[in-house]
Amino acid sequence: MSSREEVLRRVREALGGDRGVRPPVPRGYARRLTEAEAESRADVVALFTERVADNRAAVRHVGADEVGTAVAAALWGRETKQIVVPADLPFGWLAELDGVRALADTPALDLDTLAAADGSVTGCALAVAQTGTVVLDGGRAQGRRALTLVPGYHLCVVHADQIVGTVPEAVGRLDPARPLTWISGPSATYGIEAARVEGAHGPRHLEVLVVED
Amino acid sequence: MTASSPGTTPSSPRTSAPVPLPMPKFATAARSALADTRSRRNLRGAAAALREREAAAAAEPADWDDLREAGRAIKDDTLLNLDTHLAELERAVTEAGGVVHWAADAAEARRVVTGLVRAAGAAEVVKAASATTREIGLNDALARMGVTVRETAVADMIVQLGEDTPSHLLSPAAHRDRAEIGELFGRAVPAAGPDPAADPEALAAAARLHLRDRFLRAPVAVTGANFLVAESGTVVLLESEGNGRMSLTIPETLITVAGIDKVVPAWDDMEVFLQLLPRSSTGDRMTPYVSSWTGVTPGDGPRAFHLVLLDNGRTKALADETGRTALRCIRCSACLNVCPVYERTGGTPYGPVHPGPIGAVLTPLMRGVESAANASLPYASTLCGACADVCPVLIDIPDVLVHLRGKVVESRRRRPVPTPEMALMRGLAWTMGDPRRYEAALRRGTRWARLLSRGGRIRRLPGLLGKWTEARDLPAPPAESFRAWWDRTRT
Amino acid sequence: MRVALSVACFDDALFPDTGKAAAVLLERLGHEVVFPPRQTCCGQIHWTAGYHREAAGLARSYAAAFEGCEVVVAPSASCAATVRDAYPKIARTARDPGLARAAEGLAVHELSEFLVDVLGVTDVGACFPHRVTYHPSCQSLRVLGVGDRPLRLLRAVKGLDLVELPAADECCGFGGAFAMKNADVSVAMVADKVRHVRDTGADVVCAVDDACLAHIGGALSRLRGGVRTMHLAEILAETGPS
Repeated sequence: MSSREEVLRRVREALGGDRGVRPPVPRGYARRLTEAEAESRADVVALFTERVADNRAAVRHVGADEVGTAVAAALWGRETKQIVVPADLPFGWLAELDGVRALADTPALDLDTLAAADGSVTGCALAVAQTGTVVLDGGRAQGRRALTLVPGYHLCVVHADQIVGTVPEAVGRLDPARPLTWISGPSATYGIEAARVEGAHGPRHLEVLVVED
Repeated sequence: MTASSPGTTPSSPRTSAPVPLPMPKFATAARSALADTRSRRNLRGAAAALREREAAAAAEPADWDDLREAGRAIKDDTLLNLDTHLAELERAVTEAGGVVHWAADAAEARRVVTGLVRAAGAAEVVKAASATTREIGLNDALARMGVTVRETAVADMIVQLGEDTPSHLLSPAAHRDRAEIGELFGRAVPAAGPDPAADPEALAAAARLHLRDRFLRAPVAVTGANFLVAESGTVVLLESEGNGRMSLTIPETLITVAGIDKVVPAWDDMEVFLQLLPRSSTGDRMTPYVSSWTGVTPGDGPRAFHLVLLDNGRTKALADETGRTALRCIRCSACLNVCPVYERTGGTPYGPVHPGPIGAVLTPLMRGVESAANASLPYASTLCGACADVCPVLIDIPDVLVHLRGKVVESRRRRPVPTPEMALMRGLAWTMGDPRRYEAALRRGTRWARLLSRGGRIRRLPGLLGKWTEARDLPAPPAESFRAWWDRTRT
Repeated sequence: MRVALSVACFDDALFPDTGKAAAVLLERLGHEVVFPPRQTCCGQIHWTAGYHREAAGLARSYAAAFEGCEVVVAPSASCAATVRDAYPKIARTARDPGLARAAEGLAVHELSEFLVDVLGVTDVGACFPHRVTYHPSCQSLRVLGVGDRPLRLLRAVKGLDLVELPAADECCGFGGAFAMKNADVSVAMVADKVRHVRDTGADVVCAVDDACLAHIGGALSRLRGGVRTMHLAEILAETGPS
């Protein structure tokens, strides 16, 4: 008997013949933000901003025509020399760069190049207000996962209309067939005295630009 | 397609585990843990910090109890149809380009993984989220075939470097303080320099530097998983450091070892668990990194993905109708942080795999109660119920503990010579079973106890009860029992 | 009201004053108290220690002893919890539907629940001019869910100075067989509990379970702690310095 058959046989034996009928899963939990939390679109964006900051990431609001300037300013402020970006990053986001070299991931950059970069700039698939999370799914303006992982700094541009209220709303919109990364703040460890300390193996700094239309 | 894994070949001496020393009973192991006041203080501080964060995080959502109810029901449904979900998971993972392996026990899981590592020609592997790989004793098996294993989570690395045993599910080095970790890094982590500051941020940075290059060069990564979504074949991993992301993104080959209890039916079910787990685990609204992957994605991440589905006693737990509720466990560690016993003993006395209240039920459920050590675990609790209060999937741990105590006693009834405890408890039940016998015993016992007492208290009792009077007095029973008083005054 | 008093076997022998106080208190409140004489032990000791067959026998005897009683009051949270929470499980384990039915018919109330919920009183006319701290026993807190009922009763006692116990919700470390099987951990737990009790500066530590009080009191006595233990019933039965 193969191990597969053996394990499945044990499962069936453990459960027995009559497994009974169970009532449907009670799903009384909230799928959306409450009226009080999300009276207007601005409330959702404000909640997202507050929660991103709670996650100890930097967060700033910019107008749609200010993205290029804001990206350039953020990188300038960090004395960034070289960044890596997905090949399909909107051109305008990098239009104002001054003294920063941006390497597009096409053809795929090698790991040493990623490791030598000071940071990465990407968009996201969506963001979650309730938890202050940005989610990347490898789609437009996001690139492959290594881009936002190996460099020490990640600048993520979020359009206000990409922000959903809750985790259930986010799960409902995401396609599990794609590789997903939910990012809620910079890399942190609970490994030393079980206290949260920022700066372990992932990016030590996360910055979020919220673009309001 | 299921791989014909190396699991079908007979065990080779190189990859089989060494014969472990018999585990001591909980009380014996706890004694040395209690004596280690430094570890005790460190662990206590860590548990208290996590407990407060978790309590605040669970108090925030108005629908917390609805989420717990949903989590419980989803897990129960999954377990009742586990065979179907496992087959569905296998199909979906395979369709997405992954390879599924099945392992009936730890030895088989070791053979599968060591075979895959050998086939990849790897001299070094990186590991993340490693509780299940610890359960199967993978590190030793890989070391015996000459493969260097790098634990990559900061706490796992501390435990590995210190040749220590993990004390906590979430934070395995919670028994170590920053000064001890600093000393350890000074000896074993060149990136930390010879005399590193006992500063958590500097130590985390040293760990980052120490492992950076190894992540970028490792050909194979081995990880655990938090959830396996049957419908879509998706693996979900929650972590905060990014060592998980590194492991599942950078190396060419990714091997994930996960218990068959990690299955959930549908992707939408993640909307429940992605709320329950972070808040109950680290007290975060969302764990810093949640990664999910389905098979392999061309141009992004590993080229080969292997999923090893591990039984190793889980079906034994599943066969126990009361005990199977423990398989709902999502390994959040909330029960550890509120447990007054765990807080004082740490994880070691519970055995090498599952610490704390959940370990006191999972280990005997999965391994049986034949050994004295496993049989002592259901008794490693006062049944205070703090664990059940916080469990995000509503496991009634005290109920399962009492159920397992029943199993322990039943397994000892067949012994030709009853233990002193068995004789005492049977005698007590016989006496209590009849009011006349009870009253006679009450009078006799009172006389005896009064003879043992000095100044209204008993300072030393014989036999099993002597454990009580090692550190506590017992009041001498008054000459007149309640029922004697009642008879005298009311009838 | 005719109230059947359930007295824990442990209290019968070691702490008879608890049962006496409960009887006196209920009579003072104008109720008829009876003591069904065939009661012995609810079976808690055997059930929690894993002796489930023996527990089933004792549960049957207990149910028979209180059969037909309209209201049962137990000044012991863990006994009340055993009857209410464990009896259905004991019956299921023993495959005894008769016991399950008998258990359903038992209306057992812990004393503070009975006073506050059934009788609707919080001021029972007691007077006890001492500094008191209250330890919420685990069974009362988490299985019965008595909440703040004992505290409401204590606050209404004339002259009583109620002081909050730090880390009150933490178990005292008794746990039945645990106190013997894991004596070291048990003692470490009660040492902390006793430290908290002494930090309050109270004269008396009070609870609704004498088993916990025996544990806390046993440690206090060994340390010559100078703090007395008293069951809630004893304090509520006090009507002042005589």
